[in-house]
Amino acid sequence: MTHPELVIRKAVWKGEEVDLLVAEGKILEVKPSSDTMYEGAEIVAAKGLMLMPSLTDVHVHLREPGFEYKEDIASGLKAAVHGGFSNIMCMANTDPVNDNAVVTDEMLRKARAAFPEGGPRLFPIGALTKGLKGEELAPMHEMAEAGCAAFSNDGLPVKNSELFRRAMEYGSDTGKPVIDHCEDPYLAPAAGVNEGEVSSVLGLAAQPDVAEATQVARDLLMAEYLDMHIHLAHISCRKSVDLIAWAKKRGVKVTAETCPHYLLLTEEALHGYHSDTKVNPPLRTADDVEALLAAIKDGTIDMFATDHAPHAAHEKEVEFMQAPCGISGLDSALSLTWSLVADGKISFDDFIRMWTTAPCETFDLPLNSFKKGDPADFFLFDPAQEWVLDSASMHSKGKNTPFRGQTLKGRVISHFLSGKKIV
Amino acid sequence: MEWRHKDLLDVSQLSKEEVQHVFETATYFQEINSRPVKKVPTLKGHSVVLFFAEASTRTKTSFDMAGKRLSCDTFSLAKSSSSLTKGETLKDTALTLEAMNPDGIVIRHWASGAAQFLAERLDCSIINAGDGRHAHPTQALLDGFTLYQEWGSLAGKTILILGDIAHSRVARSNLILLNKMGAKVRFCGPRTLLPPQIKKWDAEVYTDLSEACKGVDAIMCLRLQLERQQDGLLPDLREYSNYFGLGHKQIELAKPDVKIMHPGPMNRGVEINSELADCEASLVLDQVASGVATRMALLYLYLTRKK
Repeated sequence: MTHPELVIRKAVWKGEEVDLLVAEGKILEVKPSSDTMYEGAEIVAAKGLMLMPSLTDVHVHLREPGFEYKEDIASGLKAAVHGGFSNIMCMANTDPVNDNAVVTDEMLRKARAAFPEGGPRLFPIGALTKGLKGEELAPMHEMAEAGCAAFSNDGLPVKNSELFRRAMEYGSDTGKPVIDHCEDPYLAPAAGVNEGEVSSVLGLAAQPDVAEATQVARDLLMAEYLDMHIHLAHISCRKSVDLIAWAKKRGVKVTAETCPHYLLLTEEALHGYHSDTKVNPPLRTADDVEALLAAIKDGTIDMFATDHAPHAAHEKEVEFMQAPCGISGLDSALSLTWSLVADGKISFDDFIRMWTTAPCETFDLPLNSFKKGDPADFFLFDPAQEWVLDSASMHSKGKNTPFRGQTLKGRVISHFLSGKKIV
Repeated sequence: MEWRHKDLLDVSQLSKEEVQHVFETATYFQEINSRPVKKVPTLKGHSVVLFFAEASTRTKTSFDMAGKRLSCDTFSLAKSSSSLTKGETLKDTALTLEAMNPDGIVIRHWASGAAQFLAERLDCSIINAGDGRHAHPTQALLDGFTLYQEWGSLAGKTILILGDIAHSRVARSNLILLNKMGAKVRFCGPRTLLPPQIKKWDAEVYTDLSEACKGVDAIMCLRLQLERQQDGLLPDLREYSNYFGLGHKQIELAKPDVKIMHPGPMNRGVEINSELADCEASLVLDQVASGVATRMALLYLYLTRKK
């Protein structure tokens, strides 16, 4: 047996007190806790703390290049690592758009520069079409070679179904999944507000849940017809869940994500017109929340993602309809979703699947499942520690979150990536 | 009654008793408006900014006249003449106005929630003169006051609101106010101009105008924005007028002493037959007169509240 260089002692993993042994940046062993002496190893006392594999977020917006005042790669990765994440996938809606290998290379160079000694891993998502315009295919092969982990037009979904089909076909040759933001643009002229009772009362232009579900249906039929995998981003409503469940039963190769805010808030949060509640797809109803929680339990929804969308304060502090959509999520996602475990709404096993196993397996990212040889990416977590989510406690430049000012429970105490302490 | 509100954002904030108090206060000011000399010193030394970021003739003039008749200094600011056209944000414009220390700001804005946006950031009273599709509380109060003057009470009356309900702040605020005062509300319009959740609103919903008019005490027509045809919500104005425009045939189905109302400006021959707009049953000009008295009452109540 290789001699451990790092030992995490008496941490709790799945209810058991364990020691975690690390050598050469990889997991050596997780075993029942003991007082064994490991000569030369760094010992970290972790009694009372939970051991967690680092999380993976498959859907963030890091804003660099082009909008560094909202977030840059360094600040985004810093928020990620403090929030418990080791792997981050960032969307292509930068300026210039990440629709070629030069931009991908530059993103990766910035990520390395932010953490020269090793840090959270960045996996860019390349655009499906040039300039996200939905007119011509982007060079997906060269972007895959440069390091893109998937392809998506995200917030500007491809309207033309024929072009979308060709994008899926062409992208499939790279082995990287296509991610679709499901929104029929003709049914969703207004973003950020669910069409329903609240939009009626507040007099806000809105989009119905069928705007999402219609596109989900298109994508599922396309994936089945082409016999190709598709990943559906930030699913928010019961209608979409029902369609995905139907498709999975038919054997369609589909995976799907949802976000913490769709499980913890409803459209009722829009009363007061506070633009931090404006997000696309919009916050839905209590019935939709119930459907999403059930879909996590039965596996219809595969994984969490934050859809981290930082904006500057002055951009959000405008008339509601003028404000951009998005919630800054990396700092708070762990605590928010942990509250679902603490409240018995999702199981611990589902929590681990949703944040680690499923995203890593779907996008072929480094996974720590505490098996020998896995990357030693883990954090120590105090589930009881309370903290206030505010400008001072957030590492992201984007302070736009409807949870701001709330006291959250559960915090990362220290975070190790490839066996090296980063936080 | 001691006035407890800093801002008027929507009529839902007001109790039935407070609405009644507004009516009674407006009745007093209505009397002043009929005097040869219509100016009183009630609000002397007070100042109000009329901040209209959306086009308006009658509401702005009505507030201006209301303020001046109470000897309040009114200052007009339109979007076209403000720094909003230079890209200044609503927040910065508001803070600039606040720094001039007015007692109140009357705001008309195209964005739903704009009045609340100001109310949360400024210390002076904010009076919503219409925000997007959300609310038009002073219109609802003046409409209610007009009917109150006719009937003495709104309780038990049935009022039809006709036209583009989906995009109308007047319909929303009137529904709340009329229900609050004991009236029953009917809505009528083509399905494309009714909000998707209308079944959950406290109103009877019709898409057949003749059915909707049967036995009603008053009909409030709403202005049809002519671009709804371009939005794909209507085939053309001719068909709209034939099926949803108020005409003599429908009036005969209503109560014999039915009242006809319209917040203006009217598209004669589209949402209302031109003769009906001018007939004896029409309260359109009474609404305008009531508007000044109601706004005098509101300026008085909000600017003299105990702080």
